[in-house]
Amino acid sequence: MPVVIELSGVAKNFIMHLQGGVRLSVVADVAFAVKAGECVVLDGPSGVGKSSVLKMIFGSYRCDRGQILVHRGAQHIDVADAAPRRILGLRRDAIAYVSQFLRAVPRVPAIDVVAEPLVINGAVRDAARKRAGELLRRLNIPAPLWELPPATFSGGEQQRVNVARGLLPERPILLLDEPTASLDAANCAVVMDLIAEKKRRGTAIVAVVHDPNVRNRIADRVIDLTKFRAAA
Amino acid sequence: MTDMDDEEPLLIAQGLTKWYGRQLGCRDVSLDLYEGEVMAVVGESGSGKTTLLQLLSAQLEATAGRVLYRMRDGVTRDLSILGEAERRFLARTDWGYVHQEPTLGLRMMVSAGANVGERLMAVGWRHYGKIRGAATNWLERVELDPARIDDTPQTYSGGMRQRLQIARNLVTHPRLVLMDEPTGGLDVSVQARLLDLLRGLVADLKLSAVIVTHDLAVARLLSDRIMVMKGGEVIETGLTDQVLDDPCKPYTQLLVASILPP
Amino acid sequence: MNTPAYNFAYLDEQTKRMIRRAILKAVAIPGYQVPFASREMPMPYGWGTGGVQVTAAILGPDDLLKVIDQGSDDTTNAVSIRKFFMKTAGARTTTSTRKATVIQTRHRIPEAPLGEHQILVFQVPIPEPLRFLEPRETETRRMHALAEYGLMHVKLYEDIARHGHIATTYAYPVKVDGRYVMDPSPTPKFDNPKMNDCAALQLFGAGREKRIYAIPPYTQVKSLDFDDHPFERYRADGTCALCGAADSFLDEVLTDDRGGRMFVCSDTDHCETRRSRRSGEPQQVSP
Repeated sequence: MPVVIELSGVAKNFIMHLQGGVRLSVVADVAFAVKAGECVVLDGPSGVGKSSVLKMIFGSYRCDRGQILVHRGAQHIDVADAAPRRILGLRRDAIAYVSQFLRAVPRVPAIDVVAEPLVINGAVRDAARKRAGELLRRLNIPAPLWELPPATFSGGEQQRVNVARGLLPERPILLLDEPTASLDAANCAVVMDLIAEKKRRGTAIVAVVHDPNVRNRIADRVIDLTKFRAAA
Repeated sequence: MTDMDDEEPLLIAQGLTKWYGRQLGCRDVSLDLYEGEVMAVVGESGSGKTTLLQLLSAQLEATAGRVLYRMRDGVTRDLSILGEAERRFLARTDWGYVHQEPTLGLRMMVSAGANVGERLMAVGWRHYGKIRGAATNWLERVELDPARIDDTPQTYSGGMRQRLQIARNLVTHPRLVLMDEPTGGLDVSVQARLLDLLRGLVADLKLSAVIVTHDLAVARLLSDRIMVMKGGEVIETGLTDQVLDDPCKPYTQLLVASILPP
Repeated sequence: MNTPAYNFAYLDEQTKRMIRRAILKAVAIPGYQVPFASREMPMPYGWGTGGVQVTAAILGPDDLLKVIDQGSDDTTNAVSIRKFFMKTAGARTTTSTRKATVIQTRHRIPEAPLGEHQILVFQVPIPEPLRFLEPRETETRRMHALAEYGLMHVKLYEDIARHGHIATTYAYPVKVDGRYVMDPSPTPKFDNPKMNDCAALQLFGAGREKRIYAIPPYTQVKSLDFDDHPFERYRADGTCALCGAADSFLDEVLTDDRGGRMFVCSDTDHCETRRSRRSGEPQQVSP
């Protein structure tokens, strides 16, 4: 299977100017590759930089050094270096991202939050909403909640809306940050099934997962980020 | 997947600088905006963001630098070389400019329908029924009651006037909309509705937009890209979530940290 | 006592030359308002100083002058202006539209069709058709220069929205030669079609506003309208009580204070001509 994501020499620092210029080095020299249909789980203690690596792949964090290559057929885009519109383009049709907490636009009904990635790419709204509804039902979000904005939902419900939004569109790359963290066993199982289906369809997945059961179920490889910890 | 390599920017600014006598408006600002992109320009008072907006829309003449715009025929032209007639024509058809104060962007003594229809009449529409129909249509789109089409904006509230200004600007399907604090000065709930409307319109009409705001939440909600300005200079620029989640420069970090949590 | 001696038609030759230059420019750019250095005249602003200056600049010893005000030769102002030219130019005058070579008018165009040997001079109060919509002179000049006339149609749109039809009944804006929008002076819109393809030269003078404009002979003059609300000449229903004309512009005259009224032709020469033709009398040429 072709390599879809390739990181090499990736380093990330935070410089806290408001705190006197304190420099926090998060990761250095991160290198790994992910193939289509493969799920790579990032491991390591809290604070080691797992979410940061995911965000760097998505482009919502800057990358200080190194390359983050996304291969798409004949196209190779280095997210660390690309023009903003290229990254926007990747987000539109190549990369789906499920963040740790739902960050939804206020006042938009849950079903539209989930359907939006399809609608942006030209899908007819009604058809997109129908598919969104099916996925929400699978994730045990009952129909009466669909027209409500998710801000009033419980943490678990919000996360399931988040997962639905990230998993509904077909994208070659899926980034997951603790997708099952606030879910009960039943919903956890649903999400694991969904991830397995994505893998079968050839999606390259990078995930941050704490729960060892989930990790065992979905991971093809586990990468321990402590070995990429920056020198103190 | 669209091939982005041969796509040209819609709007390009190169080294834009404006001095008001010895007072700096803005210095050396460059950007390129592609079709369908929304860029927020954020900064505090005196940052130069409104100056930048006026330079981009050719309302002000730059001291140095230039603005290039890709017209509907596909050719990118320097705005200062265009004749005034062409620039004014662009301003009426291809561009929209939404003022912070809606009375600046409306004819207050003329009915809402005429306000919306004026641009159509300016480009040669001569059928009263059709003009009125288009105006009615747009009033509905910006969630104004079409029964008030014959009322003047004097009888409208601030939020309604702002919607009317937006309708007036969008009626000729502009490709580029410049907005100066579009929700400034409105009540919070009115702001929220207006932001939702703007978000929807930008997505539906595939508008490109430059939105000046001091409110980072507005920037996050509406824009893909962001430019942070201070004292006339560009401090930082990039993807909105990147700059707001991972601010790099000291001033940006200060701005982000200054937001009160709800 | 020394009686003042006037140059022919009051204005000095240099001034006349300046005004003629402005007229030439106006004729070369139909409908365009040419600024000119309006002189102080022996009547106040608002009493036809613009029209008088234009007439003074073009009047020659062989001309036959007619002056009307609201269509009538015998109102105070018409009489005053006629006497002014008799005194300062020794001008020959007439009330006959057909015979006159120069006709100065306030607020009406004569009913009788004009010929190539004639010049019609209009008195204009506010030459700028856009003035009431856009008070800034800088902006209106730009609009004319760039042919940006959307605002003019906004006014007409407002009329239809408010009244169901275009409510402007006089000073109805027109487009001249397909280019400039012009205010025809406060003539009733009934008169607008007469300006189109007219054999005579039409000159417009605004003394207070210091503008001259012109419509050369045989020029297209089209009243602004909408496709679905076309321009209509408005006319009161009725015929002239004196001469029976059914197609001239009528004045409404109150005859008593019990609501009695009658309609008579606004154009007195037209009315008299018709009446004398009916009764066979020769027409009078008044002094």
